[in-house]
Amino acid sequence: MFKKIVSILIVLILGTAVAFFVFKSEPKLNSNFQNEWSFFKNSPFRLGLDLSGGSHLIYKADVSGVKAGDISVSMDALRDVIERRVNLFGVSEPIVQVQSSGFVSGAEEKLIVDLPGVTDVEKATTMIGQTPLLEFKTEAPKDTPQKATVDKDGKVSLDTSPQFVSTELTGRYLQKASLEFDQTTREPKVSLQFDDTGTKLFAQITKDNVGKMVAIYLDGAPISTPVVREEIPNGQAIISGNFTPIEGKQLVGRLNSGALPVPISLLSRQTIGATLGSDAVTAGVKAAIIGFLIVALFLILWYRLPGFIAVLALCLYITIMLALFKLLPVTLTAAGIAGFIISIGIAVDANILIFERLKEELHTGRTISGAVDAGFHRAWSSIRDSNFSTIISAIILFWFGTPLIKGFALTLGMGVLVSMFSAIMISRIFLSGLVLVGEGKVARFLFSSGFSK
Amino acid sequence: MFIIKHKKIFISISIVLVLLSVASLFIFGLRVGIDFNGGALTEVVYKDSRPAQSDLDTAFKALDLGSVLIQPTGELGYIVKSLDLNEAQHILLLKTLSQDGESPLEEKNFNSIGPSVGRELTRKAIIAIVLVSLGIIFFIAFAFRKVSKPVSSWKYGLMAVVSLLHDVIIPIGLFTLLSYFYGAEIDTLFVVAALTILGLSVSDTIVIFDRIRENLKDKTGISFSEIVGKSLDQSYMRSIFTSLTVIIVLLSLFFFGPESTKYFALMLTAGMFFGTYSSIFLASPLLVLVEEWQERKK
Repeated sequence: MFKKIVSILIVLILGTAVAFFVFKSEPKLNSNFQNEWSFFKNSPFRLGLDLSGGSHLIYKADVSGVKAGDISVSMDALRDVIERRVNLFGVSEPIVQVQSSGFVSGAEEKLIVDLPGVTDVEKATTMIGQTPLLEFKTEAPKDTPQKATVDKDGKVSLDTSPQFVSTELTGRYLQKASLEFDQTTREPKVSLQFDDTGTKLFAQITKDNVGKMVAIYLDGAPISTPVVREEIPNGQAIISGNFTPIEGKQLVGRLNSGALPVPISLLSRQTIGATLGSDAVTAGVKAAIIGFLIVALFLILWYRLPGFIAVLALCLYITIMLALFKLLPVTLTAAGIAGFIISIGIAVDANILIFERLKEELHTGRTISGAVDAGFHRAWSSIRDSNFSTIISAIILFWFGTPLIKGFALTLGMGVLVSMFSAIMISRIFLSGLVLVGEGKVARFLFSSGFSK
Repeated sequence: MFIIKHKKIFISISIVLVLLSVASLFIFGLRVGIDFNGGALTEVVYKDSRPAQSDLDTAFKALDLGSVLIQPTGELGYIVKSLDLNEAQHILLLKTLSQDGESPLEEKNFNSIGPSVGRELTRKAIIAIVLVSLGIIFFIAFAFRKVSKPVSSWKYGLMAVVSLLHDVIIPIGLFTLLSYFYGAEIDTLFVVAALTILGLSVSDTIVIFDRIRENLKDKTGISFSEIVGKSLDQSYMRSIFTSLTVIIVLLSLFFFGPESTKYFALMLTAGMFFGTYSSIFLASPLLVLVEEWQERKK
């Protein structure tokens, strides 16, 4: 008997601790959230794009020019480049992922970019698609006719400065760019370090052009035209243009992020305004609370004492789920919240199966404690079997799903698993403890339910 | 026993509902949304007042954006459906909607899906439907492998599958009506709803079959139909209650939940309702019917 009371207390204390964590880690519920532990601060609910607002972009990568064996390498390189570009613009928690071709996902190599909080798609796509093209040009012999050039993105540009001719040296051979300030003028300048090939090319160019101008072009426009004084063998160059420190910093970032290894084109994009998202969150929370209250009312009115226990177990179930959402973390979408709300209904199922059994066992004349044990024992196979099919659906949905389906499948599947645990462990510990109320008429009334005689 | 006595009436109700749903599917058809077909959907809300729909229609006719469908939403908003749009076309669309800036607006939602993404999702959806169905059929076969007398286990499985189809077809039939009268479209969530119904409804049937299985073990000398009737009497209450709690939360999701999951919640509610109906009034009565046919043949 003592053991039973101790287990109840342990469950209650653990449950309260979990609830405390969920409560404390919500910025909206704590007035001075900034002063909380970092553990609390780092565990918010992670909201999907449809709830937080933002852009979801799907790009197709054109890998036709890449050897079959190198595709995954160049897709990874592509992801890294895009990730750097996105980070450069200060988007919080962007997600950039590669979706490789395959039987299920189709024949195309895709790149999926999620930008929370970015609702200006035009800006977003420009900053992702932008390829900084850095070129070094040397003075052309006199009387060179104008000509059109085609850069590697397929853009045709008319070379408006025929006094320079292109060299082999481009941003491709750049190892690193960094922002520096001139010692005397405090003017920002960008320092470039070439890789081995670039160093050789640069040395050759500077050697051939001593006393002449070398033009540095960015995106087809000259930004700096220094005169070469001597051969530079160490692969270091300085661009000093008329840019502000901020422009200089952006240029460094863009140069460092490099050119795209494969061309990409936009297949689909979705933007969700922030208000729409927060409306959906409010509505989802409201639906969950109202649904829970009605179910709780029904359980207590119909199943009496066991019903009250079930509501307690359900509260614990909900806090465990919310804590898991925060800790794992699970990215919540509108569909995910729907999955969670449905799982609240399903979580009650197991309790109902047990209580109906319990009632039957009481009718056969067992004592309350005998009925509780038998009820749990005999309901288990039904609970296991009936949840199994839902788990099958959830797993397959998760495996094949787009983010939307995944969110739903994950919360539903997790919900079913956690609810089995909460029905079997938590409800059982509570109910067996309550056997203490004795075997009197009142006790039997409290354990009965519905229209039972 | 009431249910078993009048089994033919209940089975007929199911047959009629399924036939009506199939008929409605052929008559009204289903609107396929941009998730599968590709296309663009733009939702805007105007700051002060929204321009007349006819003005916008005329403005769009002059543009080269293909067919553009404008529907009012809420007090001040429009939802615009069109072919999938690139950057320039998207800007043009917004400019036209705001009547060159005269009617300031906020873009709440923009979704443009290329046809290849739509095709990919269609393929995924079909694979998922096939796999979930197979998984559930194998599970049913496994769950009933031990029952064999007097009705063999594969027949339990077959009845579970029949009621499963019933549970999915009727909500789809209802969705065709929503589609026809309210413009609901098949999207990813529709497929998810159908697959979730598959998972949830079979569980109800299994709980009752489980009871029949148990009673068959305990009692001998009573007729099969009596055992089924008794099992139903024992379990219909809890079958209804377990579904009821799920239906309660689904209705709460429908009435109070986010806009984007409204039809989803409604379809699942219908699925749960007919899933419960079928596990009580269809699957088990069908079992008895099958057993009676077997007896007659002997």
